[in-house]
Amino acid sequence: MSNEVSMSISVKEASDLSDQGNIDRRKPDYLDQLEAEAIYIMREVAGQFERPALLFSGGKDSITLVRLAQKAFAPGKIPFPLVHIDTGHNFVEATDYRDMLAEKTGSKLIVRYVEDTIKAKNLKEPTGKNASRNWLQTFTLLDTIEEFGFDACIGGARRDEEKARAKERIFSFRDEFGQWDPKRQRPELWNLFNGRIHKGENVRVFPISNWTELDVWAYLQREGITLPSIYFAHERECILRDGRLLYNTPVIEKDPEDQIVTRQVRFRTVGDMTCTAAVESSAATLEEVIAEITISRISERGETRIDDQQTEAAMEDRKKGGYF
Amino acid sequence: MDLLRFITAGSVDDGKSTLIGRLLFDTKNILADQMEAIERASKSRNDGEIDLALLTDGLRSEREQGITIDVAYKYFQTPNRKFISIDAPGHIQYTRNMVTGASNADLAIILVDARHGVAEQTRRHSLIASMLGIPHVVVAINKMDLVGNSEDAFLEIAQTYKDLANKLNIKDLTIIPVSALNGDNIVERSKNMPWYTGETLLSVLENVNVLEDKNTADGRFSVQYVIRPQTDELHDYRGYAGRLQSGSLKKGEAIKVLPSGTESKIARIEFGGQEIEEATVFESVTILLEDDIDISRGDMIVSVDNSPVVSQDLEALICWMDDKKTLKPGDKYLLQHGTARTKCSVRSIEYQIDINTYEKLDEVEKLKLNDVARIVLRTAQPVAYDAYQQNRANGAAILIDETSNVTVGACMIE
Repeated sequence: MSNEVSMSISVKEASDLSDQGNIDRRKPDYLDQLEAEAIYIMREVAGQFERPALLFSGGKDSITLVRLAQKAFAPGKIPFPLVHIDTGHNFVEATDYRDMLAEKTGSKLIVRYVEDTIKAKNLKEPTGKNASRNWLQTFTLLDTIEEFGFDACIGGARRDEEKARAKERIFSFRDEFGQWDPKRQRPELWNLFNGRIHKGENVRVFPISNWTELDVWAYLQREGITLPSIYFAHERECILRDGRLLYNTPVIEKDPEDQIVTRQVRFRTVGDMTCTAAVESSAATLEEVIAEITISRISERGETRIDDQQTEAAMEDRKKGGYF
Repeated sequence: MDLLRFITAGSVDDGKSTLIGRLLFDTKNILADQMEAIERASKSRNDGEIDLALLTDGLRSEREQGITIDVAYKYFQTPNRKFISIDAPGHIQYTRNMVTGASNADLAIILVDARHGVAEQTRRHSLIASMLGIPHVVVAINKMDLVGNSEDAFLEIAQTYKDLANKLNIKDLTIIPVSALNGDNIVERSKNMPWYTGETLLSVLENVNVLEDKNTADGRFSVQYVIRPQTDELHDYRGYAGRLQSGSLKKGEAIKVLPSGTESKIARIEFGGQEIEEATVFESVTILLEDDIDISRGDMIVSVDNSPVVSQDLEALICWMDDKKTLKPGDKYLLQHGTARTKCSVRSIEYQIDINTYEKLDEVEKLKLNDVARIVLRTAQPVAYDAYQQNRANGAAILIDETSNVTVGACMIE
């Protein structure tokens, strides 16, 4: 092609497209592209590390990871265990699903409890309104990494979730204290991932970094994956607090201003019950959920994650401390 | 719908983050709560104007300094395409970050401040785009409102840029006059510049053909992992998991395994456990061969009649990325190419390139952070490579420092 500058180069190409009725069938589908990239990353983990683990929460992002891992290593089993850091405040629908999925895929499931860490380390649990064990998960996670000698932990974080995550590498190096240092990230070029570490250090790997929330939903739909029931509209008794709906569970400390209401809700993200809000919805199927999200004007974490609202850099600070 | 990855390069004051913010805003990809957060943050700063740049600057120190330090990724879509926007810092001290961001980009937007025209950093960003083999370059001449939306000013800068581009390897170039602040020629055509009859920036992003950029000719498959279930029913199963770096491979096709050179035939190709007939560029598949040969991670399966270069000697352009140590002849590193890693030593530095003036500098003794040079390497094991400008995936390599384990160099093999 010549080096000549044209002020409107795409005129020719635009008409080429319209010749095909604007549908170019040769174009690969973006979901196929994202899937191929994620499978490639999964396989790099298996190829580069001795003891990887997949951090599984029962949420839709980690369910997506399990599907990708199955596809990456078929017809073999997933060559690493599923690890869940259980705050004890998880939705029972999510933990049931976790157990079912581990059995169905023949994967080894390792569960470690924040409760045990609190007892063993005599940690002080946050109390009061909006208290959450979410941050304490970091202690249990780091202990679990040490207990099993995991050198790589695969997680379902996405860059579209949050501003600090938008800056994180796919292979995210953590020092021996699990800390992320945003100023000393390794350059990550092409698809050449450098997973070399010293003993005691580890790498967090995020194969769906480049997926958006909608991509995850579209993928789950395309793959025909059944999700935990809390992702779909159901009646639930909730605490109405500061305009958000929290599940009315004993683990949430009540505030005099809380109202108890029964609403038809679904969960857009599934995390710890104390910091995951529900959204009012009548969407009962994946199609309906996707339709709702497509027209939603509020971001996923903005709508449902109380832990990110504290300060402008809440996630950045937690990651520097060793968080997922 | 397909996916376009583009990088935006510009320096601190060119309005780069504002441009991305404008693209997201005008394509209705900023959500209500994100907008509120920006409004809140804008108010707490000086002028109170809504600062679209706050959308992309994610780290605390970036917000404090008002600059982009690291590469940030943003995701948005229009009815025609999905986009991954790679926002890289433009200042010379962050050249390695721009190289990192550029390595995966299909298109580069290079911002030029209309008041200053083609500047030193424009030359630097253009060289990086060219060197990293980004097929499409869009030069957005920004802040046209500050030069009275003058056509003459635009044409003069455009001509200067064309002269510059002629020295580089830019396959497809578009130049657009814009105002990111006012949204002129970003998504909507500008009423302030009726003399401009070309496309808007978004129109270029939506229509640029990335399909023809892919190398579909050279069948290259890097083995990442060997799948051996060793169960009763899959006792002898031995599948090679990997990704087509370029070209395609078919069932029944004669292949060669590199670097050993052993030949065989493809018995079966699988995706997610299902048999498929053919795998093409960038697909992650599993390949089974007719013969039982010794293959492991790092080996490459290629079409028998289309072989890359297999050699222990290679020359490459390198961008040096270590801020602690320099690169000197005689230094030893690990070279990672595809899924293979091998020790290598630096034979010589042929010349350094001044990335602002494009001058060749001879007799360079060592490379410092952000230096670009042509070097000669000798590897411990043979490497099966193609020239980077013909095959980005199989011509790229990184250098790893064996003691710190840090990625210290980006190599484009020539």
